[in-house]
Amino acid sequence: MQVLNAPLNLGKRKLKGKIYAGVFIAATFLGIVVLVTLLARIFFVGTSHLDWQFITSFPSRFPEQAGLKSALMGTLWMMGFTLLFSVPLGVGAALYLEYYAPKNRWTDIVQTNISNLAGVPSIVYGLLGLTVFVRWMSLDRSVLAGALTMTLLVLPITIIATSEALRATPSSLATASYALGAGKWQTIRRVLVPYAFPGILTGIILSMSRAIGETAPLIMIGALTYIAFVPGSDGLLHAPLDPFTALPIQIFNWTSRPQTGFQEIAATGIIVLLIVLLAMNGLAIFLRDRFQKKIQD
Amino acid sequence: MAQAPVNIKPPKFQETPPMPLGDDPENADPMAKEAIALETKSLRVFYGSHLTLDSISMKVAARRITAIIGPSGCGKSTLLRCFNRMNELLQGASIKGEVLFMGEDLYARDVDPTEVRYRIGMVFQKPNPFPKSIYDNVAFGPRINGYKGNLDELVEKSLRRAALWEEVKDRLKKSALELSGGQQQRLCIARALAVAPEVILMDEPASALDPLATLKIEDLMQELAKDYTIVIVTHNMQQAARVSDYTAFLTTEGGGAPGKLVEFGPKDVIFTNPRDQRTQDYITGRFG
Repeated sequence: MQVLNAPLNLGKRKLKGKIYAGVFIAATFLGIVVLVTLLARIFFVGTSHLDWQFITSFPSRFPEQAGLKSALMGTLWMMGFTLLFSVPLGVGAALYLEYYAPKNRWTDIVQTNISNLAGVPSIVYGLLGLTVFVRWMSLDRSVLAGALTMTLLVLPITIIATSEALRATPSSLATASYALGAGKWQTIRRVLVPYAFPGILTGIILSMSRAIGETAPLIMIGALTYIAFVPGSDGLLHAPLDPFTALPIQIFNWTSRPQTGFQEIAATGIIVLLIVLLAMNGLAIFLRDRFQKKIQD
Repeated sequence: MAQAPVNIKPPKFQETPPMPLGDDPENADPMAKEAIALETKSLRVFYGSHLTLDSISMKVAARRITAIIGPSGCGKSTLLRCFNRMNELLQGASIKGEVLFMGEDLYARDVDPTEVRYRIGMVFQKPNPFPKSIYDNVAFGPRINGYKGNLDELVEKSLRRAALWEEVKDRLKKSALELSGGQQQRLCIARALAVAPEVILMDEPASALDPLATLKIEDLMQELAKDYTIVIVTHNMQQAARVSDYTAFLTTEGGGAPGKLVEFGPKDVIFTNPRDQRTQDYITGRFG
């Protein structure tokens, strides 16, 4: 164009833009390719062993007879108790920090440290669990010790997610509630928590997904053992104190064996773990959408 | 903390002793014949150590509409929020002086702010219905205050009072967020009425609405003023001139200087014959 002065280096600048776009596309695809390859390999190796017998059998010396009944049930029991402990503690702590705690340096320090705790390596929680729950509280290698350790592990995640959901509630709703003569707890209970509920639920599921795949802390507290029974098989009330093993532990156990048969059923175990995880996430999304709809109509 | 039951008695207002009338009608107290619902005495409001309102002394007549006008940042809303103790929800806010509600100090030590807030309701600038059904919005206040009567009737009565019943009676269970802005604001008024307050504070209730919806809200205010005391903050002078019985003009010198009450009196005096030059300048549009 003659009217405008030709911009300097236009060609070079356009090229630069294209190069960066290319780099970012490559970064995205690299991640996807690695993940798809991994999953494809697991499904390729593992699906042939995925049957009812695999889910209902206990571990065995013979790969073709082995199953993960004890590990699956152990995981379900442990996750149930983790949920039971971490939700009231996490949501309660978040409510306190957001609505009751005075805003001063001390609470700032607490907030910062909770964020830091979310990044602590899980094996450290395993050590803590071993010292406090297994030894000091003499819970041994029980479902309860595992669940309490997992609770410590996921508590920071639950607190952070809940706090963020609560912070996202419009302040005009709280003001409206107070202006009608509602007390603080009434406002929290009837206005703020219902509004934040979908977000809180997402946070809980996120933390549960983290806990279900954790192996290191469970190895630390001694869940890495051969267990040929399901928690609660000697009476449901005993379940919390029964020894247990969990899916990731069982998978870890199988992968460490030299026989190819065990390598294959380890892949099958991973498929089962993924199914449980996806089912949990699916349920969460379903519930979240339902509550969000309830808010909107 | 015991929740007192919802006040369903008709509001009682304290009779103010008549001021001696001078010979000069200019000096007579124009409010002498009014029952006084609210009164501030040398009210000062601080945020932290910053003074935002300085020595406000004014009276709010019962069953009348009192408008508070003034330029942005003069502390109109802050003053309004002193009447139902909403300011203390903000950290660091404090007051000096007195705010009397029918002769009683609202800030006395034994007064619970939640009790103040259900006797003195509030409607906000931006309609803020709860993300619940229309019915649940209106029923919210009575429910939290432990209302024992027939809730359906109360909801209907409140919606009728807010001139919204005919528009929503077939969809009470639908979300309040589906209503238009003007309807939402009338819903917020119905929600405030359901608690049976004696005073309704309105913080620029029509500033987020179109002219037609604004007109409806103004008509509604006139109607409500037969039974309720209304205090409205507005920066729309025409609105104040249209609806109010008494008008207070606040202003600030700017730059963080505290807001002050320049002039307070019957609407006609403020809008046609103000005593203060600043009021004159403001209502004629020379500033603000």
